[in-house]
Amino acid sequence: MAPLRLIGLHKYYGKVHAVRGIDLEIPQGEFTVVVGPSGCGKSTLLRTIAGLEEVDRGTIEIDGVPINDMRPRDRNVAMVFQSYALYPYLTVFENIAFGLRARKVKKSEIEAAVRGAAKTLGINALLDRYPRELSGGQRQRVAIGRAIVRDARLFLFDEPLSNLDAQLRDEMRGEIKRLHQRLGKTIIYVTHDQIEAMTLADRIVLLKDGIIEQQGAPLDLFERPATRFVAGFLGSPAINFIPADLVGDNGSLTLRAHDGRRFDLPASRVARLAAWVGKPVIFGIRPEHVALERGGSVRPGFAVQEVVIDLVQPTGSRLFGTFMLGSQEVVAELGAHDVSRPGERVKLLFDMNRAIVIDPETERVL
Amino acid sequence: MSAHRPQWHAPRRRTWRLMARYVAAIILTLLFLFPVYWLFMIAFKTPEEIFHSPPVWYPARIQFTNFAVLFKDGDAVTVGNSLFIAACSTLISMFFGTLGAYSLARFRTGGENLAVWIISQRMIPPIAVVFPLFLLYVWFGWVDTYFGMILLYTAFNLPYVIWMMRGYIEDVPIDLEQSALVDGCTRWQVLLRVVFPMVRTGLFATAVFSFVFAWNDFIFALVMTRSAVTTYPVQVTHYFGAQSNFWAKIAAMSVLGTLPVLVAVAALQKYLVRGISLGAVKG
Repeated sequence: MAPLRLIGLHKYYGKVHAVRGIDLEIPQGEFTVVVGPSGCGKSTLLRTIAGLEEVDRGTIEIDGVPINDMRPRDRNVAMVFQSYALYPYLTVFENIAFGLRARKVKKSEIEAAVRGAAKTLGINALLDRYPRELSGGQRQRVAIGRAIVRDARLFLFDEPLSNLDAQLRDEMRGEIKRLHQRLGKTIIYVTHDQIEAMTLADRIVLLKDGIIEQQGAPLDLFERPATRFVAGFLGSPAINFIPADLVGDNGSLTLRAHDGRRFDLPASRVARLAAWVGKPVIFGIRPEHVALERGGSVRPGFAVQEVVIDLVQPTGSRLFGTFMLGSQEVVAELGAHDVSRPGERVKLLFDMNRAIVIDPETERVL
Repeated sequence: MSAHRPQWHAPRRRTWRLMARYVAAIILTLLFLFPVYWLFMIAFKTPEEIFHSPPVWYPARIQFTNFAVLFKDGDAVTVGNSLFIAACSTLISMFFGTLGAYSLARFRTGGENLAVWIISQRMIPPIAVVFPLFLLYVWFGWVDTYFGMILLYTAFNLPYVIWMMRGYIEDVPIDLEQSALVDGCTRWQVLLRVVFPMVRTGLFATAVFSFVFAWNDFIFALVMTRSAVTTYPVQVTHYFGAQSNFWAKIAAMSVLGTLPVLVAVAALQKYLVRGISLGAVKG
């Protein structure tokens, strides 16, 4: 039985409809990342699961039992807060032991559990310190320790890494993932950071305006986005959207950008897109699917375009080259030495097998 | 050479300014403390020393006769009355006031207006209500009873406690409470294990102010007490006579009346300063 099931969940804040009918089932032991832009309702969703917000409509079930009216303490969930929520007047040991003491666990058991959790997180040397004596990363570990020390059914993480600097965030991300692999707990993790979502998740639930836009394995969402929003949200740098017209001549399909450039689509796409011939569409292509043309024959399914790179952004291992297609700015992820200076004229290969075509009206991927 | 001058000049000027400040502070402190010093000295002087001309600065020998008289005549009981009434009313108003404040802060009880209405109760000048209250007390038979006095001071302290504690509680990050709720605490446990430790400073500061209000009150005590529960400020007035003033008794009684507050403030000084400034920053 699924540890958590949400059925038609709605939540209002006054007139604001924050969560608008969410159905979701979280399988045992899965790491689910709920991701979306700020204000999409992801934190609200997490807080309703924890019991910190009341549900206006719909049902939350844990192990098949509706828990809508249950107090937070009876739901058997553990939560890590964005602010860490450590008690400044308690030592690290007492912070981690807090939940167990509240539940009147035996002293000897508390001692063992706290030391075990501290060892797992590498903070056994800090147990006598106070939160103010810890660094950001250490505080984060204590907050996680306080959650894992409890044998909760469900672990909720509310943007736990957003207060850390970039390097520490990468490090803690790895640790959280390793922790999940070791403990096998069911985790729901909320973030606005798509990289966190991609790297951590077994499954991503992408929220927008209180509705699930798409859910699935990270690579599924990345490679087969259902909507323009999903395609644009995942991936860094973001996917390029180029307004175009779908034109067909004798059995083949071509995307014609507004500056007249033509991008031939592979034959495999013809059947699916035939109905949109003659209509305006949006042509989406990720920066990593645009490469430098190095001479030789062009394989089928690739389109070649000559462009002038007007902005060069090297990252060390790669290089982001920006150019204009008509009035549209487009980014290509190139090799570190492919372009040496802005203004350079280069030939680029567009991998049309990976291109997506979007209906501009419904914003759905065709 | 001249380029070096300001470098050793500036610190020297700072030193002078600092010294001037210290001198001013010491003079002011002496000025303000002098009446207190004089009072304390009188309490330990013999009648001859008290009325000696020119005045003697300190008693030749510390003696406790003036205090012994207070205890022998039963006057010292009034300090005990004050202590009991002030302590009880402080405890009661702190307990209920903090609960009320928590309710206002976290559950928005009564919206924004209820809190303002509550504090407005405290702004009524005591003189405006003392006589209506007296009639009420006569009717209930509460005049000159511990219960009546404790109830009265509790009623006056409650709005103050609620208002102050609401501010302190609102400053507690809500995440701390919610984390405790998820971790297995009931609301009562959240109050005891999270809120109280977090607002400890404010709790002490507010308690001291409530205590001092009840301790210092004169007008209510004057009207509402007769002989059974006379408080010490009222008792002191008995020593100012038409023919003569009992300076020894006045001084000794004043020392007795000052000591509890002095001890409390000294013991809680750390919390008081922080508690008051906390409130100040919040504005």
